[in-house]
Parts: sequence; C-alpha cells; structure tokens
Amino acid sequence: MLIVDNELCIGCGACEENCAFAAIEVVDGIAVVGDACTLCGACVDCCEVDALTIEGAEKSVQMDLASWNGVWVYCEFRAGTLATVALELLGIGRKLADARGVKLSAVLIGSGTDNSAEKLIAHGADIVYRADDEALTYFTDETYGAVLTKLIQEHKPEIVLAGATAIGRSFIPGVANTLGAGLTADCTQLGIRETDGALLQTRPAFGGNIMATIECPNSRPQMSTVRPNVMKELEFDASRSGDIIDVTLDPAMLKSRVRVLESVIAEQDDVNIQESDILVGGGRGLDNEKGFELIRELATSLKGSVSASRAVVDAGWIGYPHQVGQTGKTVAPKLYIACGISGAIQHVAGMQSSETIVAINRDKNAPIFDVADFGIVGDLFEVLPKLIKQIEEQR
Amino acid sequence: MKIIVCIKQVPDAKDVRLDPETNTLAREGVQSIMNPYDQHAVEEAVSLKEQLGGEVTVLSMGPPQAEEVLKQAISCGADNAVLISDRAFAGADTWATSYTLAKAVQKIGKFDLILCGKQAIDGDTAQVGPGLAIQLEIPFVTCIQKIREANDTELVMERMMDDGYDVIAANYPVLLTVVKDINQPRVPSLKGKMKAKKVQIQVLSAEDVGADSTKIGLAGSPTQVVDVFPPPPRGERSLLTGTIDEQVEQLVKKLAAYI
Ligand SMILES: Cc1cc2nc3c(=O)[nH]c(=O)nc-3n(C[C@H](O)[C@H](O)[C@H](O)COP(=O)(O)OP(=O)(O)OC[C@H]3O[C@@H](n4cnc5c(N)ncnc54)[C@H](O)[C@@H]3O)c2cc1C
Ligand SMILES: Nc1ncnc2c1ncn2[C@@H]1O[C@H](COP(=O)(O)O)[C@@H](O)[C@H]1O
Repeated sequence: MLIVDNELCIGCGACEENCAFAAIEVVDGIAVVGDACTLCGACVDCCEVDALTIEGAEKSVQMDLASWNGVWVYCEFRAGTLATVALELLGIGRKLADARGVKLSAVLIGSGTDNSAEKLIAHGADIVYRADDEALTYFTDETYGAVLTKLIQEHKPEIVLAGATAIGRSFIPGVANTLGAGLTADCTQLGIRETDGALLQTRPAFGGNIMATIECPNSRPQMSTVRPNVMKELEFDASRSGDIIDVTLDPAMLKSRVRVLESVIAEQDDVNIQESDILVGGGRGLDNEKGFELIRELATSLKGSVSASRAVVDAGWIGYPHQVGQTGKTVAPKLYIACGISGAIQHVAGMQSSETIVAINRDKNAPIFDVADFGIVGDLFEVLPKLIKQIEEQR
Repeated sequence: MKIIVCIKQVPDAKDVRLDPETNTLAREGVQSIMNPYDQHAVEEAVSLKEQLGGEVTVLSMGPPQAEEVLKQAISCGADNAVLISDRAFAGADTWATSYTLAKAVQKIGKFDLILCGKQAIDGDTAQVGPGLAIQLEIPFVTCIQKIREANDTELVMERMMDDGYDVIAANYPVLLTVVKDINQPRVPSLKGKMKAKKVQIQVLSAEDVGADSTKIGLAGSPTQVVDVFPPPPRGERSLLTGTIDEQVEQLVKKLAAYI
C-alpha cells in the first residue's frame, strides 16, 4: 500500500506529475492515492519531503537467496532446429554469468537433438542439460514444463532466461507459477546490479510508450522471457568446452493431459517474422491484395520477410501471423521498410525498436515519418518498382 | 457447459502518450476499454454456450469501475458477472493476479472451461492465463486461433505457433487463451443492453474469497517495478529529398549494407 504522511505532505504535486498511471491527485493540499496505483514507486522517488512510503511486502517465509547459483538459458528446439533466440540468449547469459562469476547452463528439450548440445557449448554454455526423448517430439506445456521445473528445483539456478516466442511465452509462465518465481515478460535489456547481484529486467509497457525496470527482490530464480533479435549471439567457437548431462526422465514427466494431434508448419517459410533480419511491411496504402505483390517482391529482393499492419490483416490480404503491432507481433529487425503504413501508435509499438526504419508514404504528415530514419514522400506504386529495380542492379 | 471468462479493463493504449515536452505520460482523455483479446474470449464462450448449452460467467479483478467491462460482456451474451475488488490487490503482479483469480474461481464453483485473452494490452505479459491454470491444477493451452470441434467431453483446436499451428485435443476442465483470429466479436444486442443495465454484479473482497493476505497485492508479488522511464528517443527523422529517382538512389546507398 502507498501511504501518504499527511503531516509531511506539502501538496506540491510532484507525485501527481510523475505518476504514469494517473493514480495520485492533490486534493485540498494533500496527495490522495487512487485505485489505479500499481505501487511502482515513481512518486516515492520524486517526493522531496519524503511524505510517501510503500509499505514493505511482508513475506511469511524468507528465502535463502544465496543458495541459488548459476545462469540458465532454456534453448528452444523445434522440428529439428534450434531457435536463433536460443543462441542470442547464450550471448547475454554468458555476460550475466561472468558478471556474477557463475556457470552458464543450457537446457535442451526435444527429440532428435543430434549435435545441438555441442553447438550450445560452442556458443557459450558451460553445461548442457539434455532431455532428448521421443515423447518430447511435440511441444506441450505439461511435458516441457515438468522437465524444466524438475531441473530448476534440483539445481537451483539464480537466473532462468527463455525466448519470448510462442513456446517460451506459453510454458515459462506455467513453470514460474509452479515455482512461485517472479517472471518478467518480453525483456529488451538485462543487467546485474553490482551491489547485490540482482537481475535488472527492462521491458516496454503500454505498447512501448513507457519502459519499466523490474526486479525480484525476495525470490529465486529470477526469470525472464527475452525478445528475439535484441541480444547478440557469440561467435561459434569449437574450442570451447563444457559438460553434456543427459537428464533422467521419469514417465510421469512425459505425460500431458492435452494431446498434440498434428503440427502444421506453414508453407511460406517467411511466416516467423520475429526471426527475420529484414522486414518489408505493407499497409492499406497498397490498395488491394494485388498491391501486396509489390511488397513480396521487395522482400524477396532483399531476402527478407513480409509483415503487415492490422488494417490489411483485417482486410484479409495476408494472415495474422504477419501482423506487427500491439495486437500482433513485436519485431526488432535490422531493417524495417514500412510501405503505405500510416504509423498508428499500435503499429509503431510493435516495430519501433528496429535498428533502421524506412518509410514510404504519400502523405508527408503521416506519423510513420516520426520514427523513420529515412523517409520517401511519394506514391509507392512509383517508388517500389524503382527501388526493386535498383536493388536488383546492385547485386 | 459452465464457462468462466476472465476479462480485464485496460487503458486504451492509443491514448497513452508521452508528452514530448515534459516527458511524462499525457493522460488526458485516456479511455478505459475491455482488453481487446478478452472480447474474443467472451465471444467464443457465448458461441460455445449457444452450441452446447450452459452458462457463461465473466470474472474481473480490478477497481470498482471495472464493472463497466463486465456489463459490456453481459450485453454481448454472458450470463453472470463477478468482480473481485479490494485495495489490498494494489501492486499485484501476474503471480498474485493468478492466485487471486484462482481463489475467485474456486468461490464461483464448478466449471468446465476457462477462457482468457492471450494477453492484456497494458502489460502484454500473457502470464495470467497459464498462471491461473497452474493455481487451479488444470491443463492449459495458449494462443488458440480456432476451435474446430467441441462437444460435452472434448475440444479439438488449433494453437498458433511461430511457424504455423498445432492441432490439439483436450478434455475438460481446461483453460485456453485466445488470439483475435478465433472469431469476430458480435455487437451488443438491444436485449443484451437491457440485461446489462439490470444485472446484479457480484462483488467480492479478498476476505470473501478466502485469499491469504501474504499472497495478494504487492506482498504476494515476486516481481516489483523499480523504475519507469520514457523510451530512448529515436534519432532525428529525415526525409530524403530530390526527385523520386534521386531519393530511391540515395536510399539504396544508405541500405547498401543490407543488399
Ligand atoms: C486496440 C487496438 C489494437 C490495434 N493493434 C494494432 C496492431 O497490432 N497493429 C497494427 O498495425 N494496427 C493495430 N491497430 C490499428 C491501428 O490503429 C491502425 O488502424 C492501423 O495500423 C492502420 O493500418 P495502415 O497504416 O495500414 O492503414 P492506414 O492508417 O489507412 O494508412 C495507410 C497509409 O498509406 C498511405 N498511402 C495510401 N496510398 C498510398 C500510395 N499509393 N503510396 C504511398 N502511400 C500511400 C496513406 O497516406 C496512409 O498513411 C490497433 C487498433 C486498436 C484500436
Ligand atoms: N485483473 C484481471 N482480471 C481478470 N482477468 C485478467 C486480469 N488480468 C489478466 N487477466 C486475464 O489474463 C489474460 C492475460 O493477461 P496478462 O497476463 O496480464 O497479459 C487477459 O487477457 C485476461 O483474460
């Protein structure tokens, strides 16, 4: 609970101004806390007379934090391949482990993982826990969750990272809840606080309008899912060495109450837009489904993938897996080319962390130009064919 | 078929904007809406009820004004509404929210199916649905894009994956989270609106559901927000100049690294 000391409060209004949630208001010279308060503490920090305090969380059982040790990465493996985000997470995991002076372990779950464990070591892992079994061919929340939960309970790592993918964002919340651990979704930045070794997890909230830093002060492990494409993987180094430990799986862990009947991989290979380095996004400016062909052509010439605004997904020109934005996917490719997209806040929320943004739009006031590094004001039916032609000539 | 749908009231993110001058959140005129994904969950529940018979209860944890979204769900065909509201819930993270909702579900009693949205657009975490299932010790499947078949004992459905979809069968009880592909929410009928006006919303406190005070609100939350700040500004926007041909030429030069 946020407590206002009425004796100390001078009604200056600094708290009101700094509250991102409009939850505090000065009434008759005294700050009054409303229902929207999320106890984020922004007001406590800005109060010059120390009139605000957040009543400490009274934990019934205090956890022995020091007995948790090591950094872990869940390395997603599906349909015979490691997800690229798994390697990216080993990159940041290595940094965190070195900062803490602990080991970096990878957890590999699936079937037919072949030499993937060796690959994880070459990308930075000291230890690989491998659960390779035919019963783990298809992902289910219960089987994968049971394996990871058991390993965490046995080995007590202080930090567990996973990719913010369809799989990671599905079963990791279940694992965290079972463990009573804190989990921060969709992190874009991770760091260690030197004084006490806490994991500082930073993520966008409110559709990217604000950033929030989150920590887990009283519990372990500290868990995060991390967006694909933000962390850097380490170079493959075959000289790295590490241990591969095959996990003993008891039959109860391999049972799921829901059954996967079939796994359908979309025939377009470009459907996983979160893994693409280059995205060409199309919007309503393309006029119709046929206009969308131009987008595909540009994407092909750049060896990129096709994404879309919600307006065109709603119009049925392309499937929902391609939608970027608040209610679609969040992407952060190296290059994002927005064609005929106005740049509504909900769209921008999903692509603003792209490295380079190009916008092509005939309306020079379109908000997309506010986030673009390079903008062309013009008719895309004129610009795109020229662009495609010049790119082809460059090769 | 007894179905419970969890719905959340959220600020409409398109209204939440940073004031470029003060770098604080400009909040004038920020509307509260039903979380868009939850509208699809309500629709799916109502159409399953129409197909299999039964009852749809909508449940929300939030401040008193969250009654608005519960009424909206009633106007779209839900039968009962429960609001769990208490100042002691402030600061709840997804763990504490899952725990609190689980307590409310247990209070509501028997159910076959629980539907949630894939994620709430204020926090975008997608953690409450799975967390609630774990608390209730029932299985869950996330990101359902289609229910192919439903009868009194089994559901066959498609769950969206990054590279396509999986076809999944499940028995009751089960918790599902849905994406917007699953259906097109209906507009409230006149009869529904009348019903929403008259509906008695059951309001429960932490005590009413027997929640352990160390497991709710800030005390029950393993994660804590320690800082909020505006996102780093992007570099200067720059429009290319010249004829279209010249602009395209400049752009191709700038993008040389990617070609
Ligand atoms: C709760 C909520 C969630 C949402 N979530 C998302 C989301 O996840 N993702 C998303 O994208 N949207 C989302 N939206 C919708 C969003 O508000 C916009 O409506 C949408 O992004 C607009 O798509 P658009 O830019 O393609 O279309 P428009 O806004 O219609 O823009 C088309 C643009 O094309 C330009 N144009 C037209 N013809 C040409 C031409 N010949 N050459 C060049 N330029 C041309 C126009 O100048 C215009 O700027 C959401 C909305 C709500 C309320
Ligand atoms: N306070 C709440 N009350 C009711 N349902 C909620 C609440 N918070 C989250 N949910 C449900 O959980 C889903 C995921 O929310 P989140 O984990 O916050 O992204 C939402 O779409 C809702 O169905």
